[in-house]
Amino acid sequence: MTLETLLFYIFGLAACIGAVAVVVTQNVVRMAFWLIVSLGSVAALYFLLDADFVAATQIIIYVGGTLVLLIFGIMLTASGPYQKIKSSPGEVFMGAGIGVLLLVLLVGTVGAIDWSAASRAVAGPDFRPTTGEGYNPAGQGNTTRPIGMALLGPRPDKDLGKPEGSKLSSGYLFPFEIVSIHLLVVLIGAAYLARAKRRVQKVGPDSRE
Amino acid sequence: MSLDSYLLIGAILFVAGVVCMATKRNGIGVLMGVELVLNGANVNFVAFSKFTPLGLDGQIVSLFVIVLAAAEAAVALAIALNFYNNHLTIDVDRANELKH
Repeated sequence: MTLETLLFYIFGLAACIGAVAVVVTQNVVRMAFWLIVSLGSVAALYFLLDADFVAATQIIIYVGGTLVLLIFGIMLTASGPYQKIKSSPGEVFMGAGIGVLLLVLLVGTVGAIDWSAASRAVAGPDFRPTTGEGYNPAGQGNTTRPIGMALLGPRPDKDLGKPEGSKLSSGYLFPFEIVSIHLLVVLIGAAYLARAKRRVQKVGPDSRE
Repeated sequence: MSLDSYLLIGAILFVAGVVCMATKRNGIGVLMGVELVLNGANVNFVAFSKFTPLGLDGQIVSLFVIVLAAAEAAVALAIALNFYNNHLTIDVDRANELKH
């Protein structure tokens, strides 16, 4: 068993156990902890998939940003430190049954498809396997520069070495701009929604303020 | 490792997220279910990016998903705080005023 396989089993198991524990736990704070375990293990899986930039983004934005936001939400909304809102047993039973059925469906679908034939069909006849560009070999972090280039438009990771006059691959400049505007609008909207509001009080002679 | 093993992990994360969204009555718990679903999809994207001729496209799409998930969490938390201010609870079963 190579080290990569061992790491895959460790982090894959941690991701799955964390996800299932999020569902099983009734305590919100513990749910947040298990979510941290699951998302951190998923980041490790990204590293194993040679996606170093996505993995770093996952750690910084998800584990460092979104989960801190969620924990602040828990702290601001819980009336006690161990607040529990229980689901009824019937709902839990039905949810578990439907979940198991959905999992069987998904795993059966994944197992039934020949992925290498499907990817050959998608790539078309003139598929040319991408050689490792960048200054480092794959697995040592060579995705940051091509991802940055792709977000600006050109795609040297796909177009380098193509015969002259062939069609160039599409970049992601426009989605990048849309998502940046989207993020700005969303943050302004969230700040507007969550602003501190003065409670409406009945106007009377003895009302304060 | 093969593509199938990563897709299996993605499927487990997705199903856990869906069940979490469906059964939790705490609003924040529902949000965590959404995060799990998005992560399951992201695992699939990055796995396809390595094992198929997609190349870097899968990783770039997963970056967009991460950014949109952060935006969604911000707005949803603002809504949850507003709901808590109005109802003094975060039980989503109490959010039934549009029904009547």
